[in-house]
Amino acid sequence: MAVTASQDMSAGQGTAAGSLTAADGTPLKQRLAQALFRSRMRAFMLVCPLLAFILCVFAIPILIFMSRGFYDNTYERFMPDSAAVLQKWDGGSEPSEEMFAVVAADLVKARSHPDKPVGKVATRVNRELSGTRSLITGTARKAKKMEAPFKDAMIKANKKWADLDTWQALKVAATTLTPAYYAAALDMQYTATGEFKAQDELRQIYVKLFLRTLEISLVVTLATLVLGYPVAYLLSTLPNRISNLLLILVLLPFWTSILVRTTAWIAVLQGQGVLNDLAVFIGFVSDDDRMSLIYNKTGTLIAMTHILLPFMILPLYSVMKTVPPSFVRAAKSLGATNWTAFWRVYFPQTIPGIGAGGLLVFILAIGYYITPALVGGQDGVMISNFIDNHMRSTLNWSLAAALGGVLLIFVLFLYWLYDRIVGIDNMKLG
Amino acid sequence: MSELPPYATTGERIWFYSFRVICGLILFFLIAPIVIVAPLSFNAEPYFSFTNGMLKLDADALSTRWYADILRNGMAAPDAVEGWWSDMWNNSQWVRAMKNSFFIGIFATLISTSLGTLAAVGLSRSEMPYRRVIMAVLISPMIVPLVIIGAGMFFFFSQVGLAYTYPGIILAHAVLGTPFVIITVTATLSGFDQSLVRAAQSMGADPVTTFFKVQMPLILPGVISGALFAFITSFDEVVVMLQMASAEQRTIPRQMFSGIREQISPTILAVATILVIISIALLATVEMLRRRSERLRGMSPS
Repeated sequence: MAVTASQDMSAGQGTAAGSLTAADGTPLKQRLAQALFRSRMRAFMLVCPLLAFILCVFAIPILIFMSRGFYDNTYERFMPDSAAVLQKWDGGSEPSEEMFAVVAADLVKARSHPDKPVGKVATRVNRELSGTRSLITGTARKAKKMEAPFKDAMIKANKKWADLDTWQALKVAATTLTPAYYAAALDMQYTATGEFKAQDELRQIYVKLFLRTLEISLVVTLATLVLGYPVAYLLSTLPNRISNLLLILVLLPFWTSILVRTTAWIAVLQGQGVLNDLAVFIGFVSDDDRMSLIYNKTGTLIAMTHILLPFMILPLYSVMKTVPPSFVRAAKSLGATNWTAFWRVYFPQTIPGIGAGGLLVFILAIGYYITPALVGGQDGVMISNFIDNHMRSTLNWSLAAALGGVLLIFVLFLYWLYDRIVGIDNMKLG
Repeated sequence: MSELPPYATTGERIWFYSFRVICGLILFFLIAPIVIVAPLSFNAEPYFSFTNGMLKLDADALSTRWYADILRNGMAAPDAVEGWWSDMWNNSQWVRAMKNSFFIGIFATLISTSLGTLAAVGLSRSEMPYRRVIMAVLISPMIVPLVIIGAGMFFFFSQVGLAYTYPGIILAHAVLGTPFVIITVTATLSGFDQSLVRAAQSMGADPVTTFFKVQMPLILPGVISGALFAFITSFDEVVVMLQMASAEQRTIPRQMFSGIREQISPTILAVATILVIISIALLATVEMLRRRSERLRGMSPS
């Protein structure tokens, strides 16, 4: 032991003056860096299992799903030869005999494929130009007996093959890496010549839907703010004993199942429901002229406001509790009216709470699914409901991914904003 | 504002009381729909509204038939005396949904609480690298719309053979529960005195002993609240269930969802009443734990 110590001493003297060494002779700076690195690694190792779990089960699956919005190989997978030929075509000139021949050959091959993919391919092309589904399936049935020249044979089978539109739709469908779905999610059409043009007026639904989703979320956020602000203020000024009791009234809905609350609103708001009965009883409306409060936008707005209100009250309350009451008293003693004291002194100090609550409610509202699905009717549905519809009913997964991608980008932007303004660390529950 | 000063003007007095009335109405708006479910669930008629008999508290107009229906729905022989219990336990739709809910909820909670607590301990260390980014990633399951989560997981789980299976749903719910665990546990740890860890280490405790003997008992209330949050998240989850679960794995919310969509009956209200009672119990537990944690940390309970 003594020997090592003396060796260390000599090692220490050997290095340049001013650089200290640790007991084993390495420079102190290096040792410190090592120790810091180890403690950083220890902290990181604790987080590692969850991070790996979240990345594997959550983040990567979502990224893969999003990539489907750009990627659809239905056509290329089952009809590879014609896909290659269509890629070379400029999309504007007259379709050549070679194109007719190779499409006919591919249709024959697809028809004998064990997976029976003709229907899938037809659906894919039909998304680009409606009415082409039967064209593909019908021609596929006749393709086997066709003989050269294929151009005449195919046009004879169905005269739509003479249209340039059909071939353009085929070219777009044959592109595997395609912006077509993201374009469709924004009500645009990706053409065979590589341009984007606006969708027909009748088929423009998604932009409207996004706008409606934004509108509903915004109205709900404002409604929760208007309703939540006074309650949070009252809770923050009452003595703790009473405010804790009242806080339970806010927390109970927070802990109650969303489905329970939605069911409750159906019971309250429906035509024969409690509220309408009451309104008829006091003579506010006549019996055969009951208010329609549910299965429409009104129902969605009321139920969502109720469900998201605690998410507004809780952050507001925690900010308001930190505002010293002496500031308002000081303002008043300096001659401010009640309103000035509130608006110029109290209100600015609660803005962080408004930011936190508002952003949280808005983020949660924009992706809402259950309530609009159950009480939204026709005009109260939101973008999430359409994504789910494309996922489970129309099975247009690429469009679902594109719509989801647009929604996700928006939500992540808001999340980033939340982190910048509020800080994720400051998120609190109950 | 908690009390009216004696020099208040008439206008201030009016505002003071009307403000309280407004707040009372808003709190009424919050709580009334939840409370109203309970009396409606005792309706003898298959309606969602109060009948005249109910308002007069007529015994004939009230019944517990919808509660009985919860148990009987789906049973092979609801009126048989022999084997009634096993029939109910095995065949009743709602009982099966309840078993599924608890099974999935408990396992999902175990995963999210253990991983989440470890991560929260790491995140609350000052030397944690890239803290902000990692925290943002770990909280994101709470922020990303559920439909997108469900769709992404569905495709991924189908590839690895986990779609329509219990493990798949448990993993999905565990992901959804972790943000809540992280938020509550980091909040508890923010008041944790790190010198206690150093004290334990200086007396020769290894990191594992320090964690279980010193840190864990102090943050336990936060961990349990986080676990309850994670449990209620799983217990209430329906969007991911819609995409990833088959009829076999139906949970209570999934069953309610189709009940509301297809054949709406007061049975739903009876189930809702039971769920409200469960949430009251959970809320009471969390409140108790919060106070206990504040006492442990030497704060006066607020």
